[in-house]
Amino acid sequence: MKLKTPKRKKTGAKKNGKLTRISGAEAIVQSLMAEGVDLMFGYPGGAIMPVYDKLYDCQDCLKHVLARHEQGAIHAAQGYARASGRVGVVIATSGPGATNLITGLADAQIDSTPLVCITGQVSSHLLGSDAFQETDVLGISMPVTKWNYQVSRAEEIPGILAKAFYLARSGRPGPVLIDITKDAQFAELDFHYEKVNDVRSYFPKPEVSSEHVLEAARLINNAEKPLFLFGQGVILGNAEDEFKAVIERSGAPAAWTIMGLSALPTEHPQNVGMLGMHGNYGPNLLTNECDVLIAVGMRFDDRVTGRLDAYAKQAKVIHFEIDPAEVDKNVKADIAVVGDCKESLHQLLPLIKNKDHSKWLSRFSDCDAIESKKVIQGDLHPKKKGLTMGEVIRRINELEKNDPIIVTDVGQHQMVACRYASFNKSKSNITSGGLGTMGFALPAALGAKLGAPERPVYAIIGDGGFQMTLQELGTIWQTEAAVKIIVLNNNFLGMVRQWQQLFFDKRYSSTQLFNPDFIKITEGFGIPALKVENRKDLDAGMKKLVNSKGSFFLEVVVEAEHNVFPMIPTGAAVSEILLEREETTEKTKSSKK
Amino acid sequence: MKVKRYTISVFSENHVGLLQRVTGIFTRRHINIESITISASEIPGVHRFTMVVNLTEERVKKVVLQIEKQVEVLKAFSHTDEETVYQEIALYKVPTKAINKGIRLEQIVRDHQARILAIEGDFMIIEKTGHQKDTQLLLEQLKDYGVLEFCRSGRVAISKPMKRLSDYLTEMGAMPELVDN
Repeated sequence: MKLKTPKRKKTGAKKNGKLTRISGAEAIVQSLMAEGVDLMFGYPGGAIMPVYDKLYDCQDCLKHVLARHEQGAIHAAQGYARASGRVGVVIATSGPGATNLITGLADAQIDSTPLVCITGQVSSHLLGSDAFQETDVLGISMPVTKWNYQVSRAEEIPGILAKAFYLARSGRPGPVLIDITKDAQFAELDFHYEKVNDVRSYFPKPEVSSEHVLEAARLINNAEKPLFLFGQGVILGNAEDEFKAVIERSGAPAAWTIMGLSALPTEHPQNVGMLGMHGNYGPNLLTNECDVLIAVGMRFDDRVTGRLDAYAKQAKVIHFEIDPAEVDKNVKADIAVVGDCKESLHQLLPLIKNKDHSKWLSRFSDCDAIESKKVIQGDLHPKKKGLTMGEVIRRINELEKNDPIIVTDVGQHQMVACRYASFNKSKSNITSGGLGTMGFALPAALGAKLGAPERPVYAIIGDGGFQMTLQELGTIWQTEAAVKIIVLNNNFLGMVRQWQQLFFDKRYSSTQLFNPDFIKITEGFGIPALKVENRKDLDAGMKKLVNSKGSFFLEVVVEAEHNVFPMIPTGAAVSEILLEREETTEKTKSSKK
Repeated sequence: MKVKRYTISVFSENHVGLLQRVTGIFTRRHINIESITISASEIPGVHRFTMVVNLTEERVKKVVLQIEKQVEVLKAFSHTDEETVYQEIALYKVPTKAINKGIRLEQIVRDHQARILAIEGDFMIIEKTGHQKDTQLLLEQLKDYGVLEFCRSGRVAISKPMKRLSDYLTEMGAMPELVDN
């Protein structure tokens, strides 16, 4: 899509210094522009039509991307927000339009993505009457929004939208939903827009306690085997530089959660890899060996910690965290530094002593050597006939020279992509981490491309997830967004199948897929497509994909029953991470006892 | 860790839907709310929820933090029974003819320091304030006379620690200006 530079209209609809009366619908549009919004995603319908009517007048300054399903719209807005660091905006109609947003709201809530969603609602006199396309959107969305509100009077619109944007982006970001009745969209108001920077009951950035920073520094300085863990908080707090400076001075290794991936370049010598269920061998194993564990902007998700009562029990834990409710939620912190990590790391840096932990770091390289031999080599440079997901990711690393954004869906390919993709730049990994939403990647990649048009964007998707939102190929076509799509097709719901193989005696219940002709489908949407089934064709296919100017679809048929390893089985400790299948069977047998 | 009875006090804005947001935090964690009372507080525009739950100390702390995280919640506290002064109110509807059964009913009302709020032709309403065990005991004793209806309120509670909500709000810069006048 050709995005023109927005012509900013004046924020107050003033004429000769006097406020003019405009409709609620126009006030919504004016408010969005006052917040600097120039792109939004949505889907029209009865209760939001007044707003769409006003959007018709400002197609140059406030671009609207018509998705093919509201779920697609909201995932696209998530991808946009994650790639650009801005607030993603979605509009939808009442009833089914609004309920179709719920998965995306839940995803954005658990992954702290700033969104403002505006839904139309039936006229206020009809509320509660089971009117056509009426649902209790406020009630349904409450547990999956940071804040939500129903507007039934036009005068409330500017104030509430200003508050919505402030709440979405500040503190720990999250999705906000504003439900606006149709009569409030038609009614007139005196428009005046003022940005909100304060809500009295809301404390987005707890003050950093310099005392706690000092204690943290003392622990880090005295540690023999310190280990940093970083999550998306580093990215959301724009604290990549501060974090890097701290670890470099401390000399300590740093491992990432999948939400924190790309906050530190992959090739950084102190980057020791991925934490959690399918993470790297070293960081998982040595979590239970370090003496000080320093968690920055991460929330100790169960996929990261494995069995909690066997997690880093030997270590002192320092937790840098903006959300007080995350402190001690899963892992008890010896020192909690509550606040924005950009600020706390900035305070921490001068207190950190230059240290050399090369001996401790070499433990990680030793583990890498073991993992490389048992897992990585076979994934990236397979000797067997079938193509692996890993070698596809390796080819992206080798061929794409322009710091791509990699958007992944959920499942085996997601773990493989996160494990093997190489990143230099922050905000490059976009995935559904907390919620694990299949169908996320295709629309999110579209949003990412529109949010960072100068960067190449790859959507890496399994054959299962692709079929959950493939209607968004239509949106990609219509917007001409140059999304490079790779479907890694194993004709299975691979991750579920892997679990069935390992833990359910190979009883492949409802995991085999009889897939349609993806090439025909994609070509039907006007997107050039290619299918690769053999290793000898992979290189040519990958080059076509990488070099394509516009969107391109590459289907790679991969080995059907390949498993993702290493693996920490559910209920096992991080140090019980397994490198291969034989160990798994033994482990599960003993754990079943 | 031992399960104890806690009174959770939540101070918040008075907005539509906030009750659902707060109770949702309990629902999601499969925690039963034993009682809930909502009223104004001493600070204009600030409402208070008083909720009673049976939880371990660790869980109640986590729940309070989750409540406090809600945008429109100003402050939330949890206290044990020892740390609060609390009261409940119960109303009992009994047949008027019960009086004819002798002086025993009058004695029960006196003994329990209850009072008779209304007497109609065929029923009367007795009121008793106290802790749950007190109102429950009266209920047991009235059963012989035929209790037509019984209703008990949620707990109202005030914590013993002297730091006032207004002090917290002033510290947080969230004290409404109105109060200074």
